[in-house]
Amino acid sequence: MSSDDVNKGRRRFLVATTSVVGGVGVGLAAIPFIKSWMPSAKAQAVGAPVEVNIGKLKEGQLLKVQWRGQTIGILRRSQEMVSNLAKNAEVLADPQSAAAEQPEYVQGDPRALNPEFLVVNMHCTHLGCVPQMVPQVGPQPFDAEWNGGFYCPCHKSKFDLSGRVYKGVPAPTNLRIPPYSFLDERTLMIGVSPQGAV
Amino acid sequence: MKKLATTLFIAALLLPLTSLTVSAAGGAHVEHSGANINDTASLQRGAKWYVNYCLGCHTISYMRYNRLAEDLDLTEEMVMENLVFSDAKFGETMDIAMDEEQAKAWFGKTPPDLSLIGRSRGVDWVYSYLLGFYKDENGGWNNTLLPNASMPHILWPLQGIQTPVYRQEAGEGGFTREVIDHFRLTTPGTQSPEEYRQTARDIAAFLDYAGEPAKLKRKGIGVWVILFLAFFTFIAYLLKAEYWRDVH
Amino acid sequence: MAKFTSSISKGAGSLLNWFDDRLPVTKFWNATMTGYMAPKNFNFWYYMGSLALLVLVIQIFSGILLAMHYKPSAEEAFASVEYIMRDVDWGWLIRYMHTTGASFFFILIYLHMFRSLLYGSHKAPRELLWVFGMFIYVALMAEAFLGYILPWGQMSYWGAQVIINLFGALPKIGEPLTQWIRGDYFISDATLNRFFALHIIAVPLALLGLVLLHLVALRENGSNNPDGIEIKKNKDADGKPLDGIPFHPYYTVKDIFGVGMFLIVFSFVLFLWPEAGGLFLEHDNFVPANPLVTPEHIKPVWYFTPFYAILKAVPDKLMGVLLMGASVAILFFLPWIDRSPVKSIRYRGLWYKVLLALFTIAFVRLGLLGMAEGTPAQTWEMRVWTLVYFMFFVLLFFMSPGGKTKPVPDRVTH
Repeated sequence: MSSDDVNKGRRRFLVATTSVVGGVGVGLAAIPFIKSWMPSAKAQAVGAPVEVNIGKLKEGQLLKVQWRGQTIGILRRSQEMVSNLAKNAEVLADPQSAAAEQPEYVQGDPRALNPEFLVVNMHCTHLGCVPQMVPQVGPQPFDAEWNGGFYCPCHKSKFDLSGRVYKGVPAPTNLRIPPYSFLDERTLMIGVSPQGAV
Repeated sequence: MKKLATTLFIAALLLPLTSLTVSAAGGAHVEHSGANINDTASLQRGAKWYVNYCLGCHTISYMRYNRLAEDLDLTEEMVMENLVFSDAKFGETMDIAMDEEQAKAWFGKTPPDLSLIGRSRGVDWVYSYLLGFYKDENGGWNNTLLPNASMPHILWPLQGIQTPVYRQEAGEGGFTREVIDHFRLTTPGTQSPEEYRQTARDIAAFLDYAGEPAKLKRKGIGVWVILFLAFFTFIAYLLKAEYWRDVH
Repeated sequence: MAKFTSSISKGAGSLLNWFDDRLPVTKFWNATMTGYMAPKNFNFWYYMGSLALLVLVIQIFSGILLAMHYKPSAEEAFASVEYIMRDVDWGWLIRYMHTTGASFFFILIYLHMFRSLLYGSHKAPRELLWVFGMFIYVALMAEAFLGYILPWGQMSYWGAQVIINLFGALPKIGEPLTQWIRGDYFISDATLNRFFALHIIAVPLALLGLVLLHLVALRENGSNNPDGIEIKKNKDADGKPLDGIPFHPYYTVKDIFGVGMFLIVFSFVLFLWPEAGGLFLEHDNFVPANPLVTPEHIKPVWYFTPFYAILKAVPDKLMGVLLMGASVAILFFLPWIDRSPVKSIRYRGLWYKVLLALFTIAFVRLGLLGMAEGTPAQTWEMRVWTLVYFMFFVLLFFMSPGGKTKPVPDRVTH
């Protein structure tokens, strides 16, 4: 073993190249392993869009359905409930839903395609509990100036009747709105956006 | 001398291998199908034949319609209109509505699921099986590959009806026995013999695909993986050669 | 080599020092890698060990992922394997890794063991190394058998049926023993469930422990080499073996090259030929297990067929089982059966070359016959090769002490 005529530069280069190419190889090989954790074709089939008939829903009534294992609430709001929404701006953390997870086609105070029907993912954005609906306007044990909305029993987060979060509660953002569309006036499709919309 | 000994040794190892593989062959009359799963048009036709003629009884309960659409270059509308006759949704598997009890009453047993027939029996077997139906002396359906199978020849309107022509063959102990020499087409079908062969080939290709949908992509990925590894090995060789210059 | 160590410690700096004060990181690295002197004349046969370790890692990783999607119940097992093959993203790749890996594990282990027969690596002072290796081999056979039942296909079911019934050959305890193994009166959900637990936890743990012992024993006396010379007998002034080179970097870079070559072959099979013509994945195993229908031709996977042929060669059930057991057990005693004064085949006489060639042909031929359908002529042939298999050990025992040898050089050759 003689170390006199060792080409150190070449060795360093080859060590580096082998390491980089080998590292890339290990990285690429890891992709299938990581991806195998994604929802499988079966899970995706079970998580397919859900059709809901809302023809029999009365004013003020909340219908809960399951979509991808999530509780989706469909609330038929009265004219009064909708008009009350605008009054909440002061107590809300994000009245314009700027930071909320929702499709682009639901905008403004009603956060709905049709203001009469709120379609909302009922799971609290704090830690996933399902809040109760407390639609009555008036003093409540948890809020003296309650304007109607959702109240989470787990950690006392409050939302209005559009699912917008109050200031000073643990939940960070408004309740999420899933993609949905109307097949006709009485039929909702949860999981599919209206044609042409994103 | 040393080379010769090594060669002889390796030859001795391999020789028995050839003698065994020859003895293992023979038996059933399986023809080469020429089915090609990379021929998308053939797979599309095969899928259509299958849902029209076979899916009534034989499920492919591991195959999803949406996977079929993706792999066979079909749109959701095309699949739902042409291939789905039940109330199945796009993401669901190719099952049938037939009741198991009813099937048992009709055929004596539940028609088997054919998801993996292309893997357990092989694509050539499926092809030959579809060509092997004939009307025997008793007027019933029979098959060269699966004698006395309970399955009727569903595709006969396409193929027509063939009957066997026998010849005598010397068997063990001086006895002669009758074996099928060839078939005669007694009633022509809507397809010519060549067209029917293509139909059988399409169905075989489709079942080959259905047995392992990943096969379509697997080989292509494999080529790239091997090229990448060859590159890596080349660099690793240079690295090894560089260090091993030290060793005298 | 000293330079390499110092550059490492400089690069990682004080962090390494911090660790070294608490954990013998550098000490361990020096002892087992840079300071471990390996003979410089390793050839092709010396790649197998590190590659087997690589395959062990592949099996563990792919196995963990498979266990996340597989369902160990008679109702769902077969369907869950197809679920992995179709519905799980890249599931087919992970499963083929595991099935291809299983067969390659045995290919590598058989070559690794054959290397020992060539160069006498089992001889003193490495007897224990060989014995640990044999335990690894037996554990691997158990692991492969247990894993083969999991897909719950026809071959899984009937293969398990046949193998478990072998224990039934034992007098008196046979029948209760088979029931105890199955946990039922036939191969059932209970059997599958316990085999799953053994396959994913118990045997792999044992394997890892044995591999560790195997490596510790290897580092104690160092590797043998194609010349069968103890390199520690010739040392320079510093006390380093003259024919030794540091394992790192010389054999690490060589093994990396070996890994590349191996992965090319491995990927070729995995991606282009995963069934290997029915050898790695048997056709009948794509039919769900059915206790009412026995497949026409039951045979174990290729790596068991030499021993299976020995079983089939004997017309008596108990004797067949015992002889099959003996054919594996006798390998444990190889270090004491082989009493030759020299290790390597290079310096043994022609007698050893002929013996080893016959033994190898017998093993391969038995493997092929074990897969065949079993005509009367084949049964007789199996008996002949079974005899050759055992005669190898008998003749080796008697011929090795006095057999002709050539003079062994002091230093390794190129």
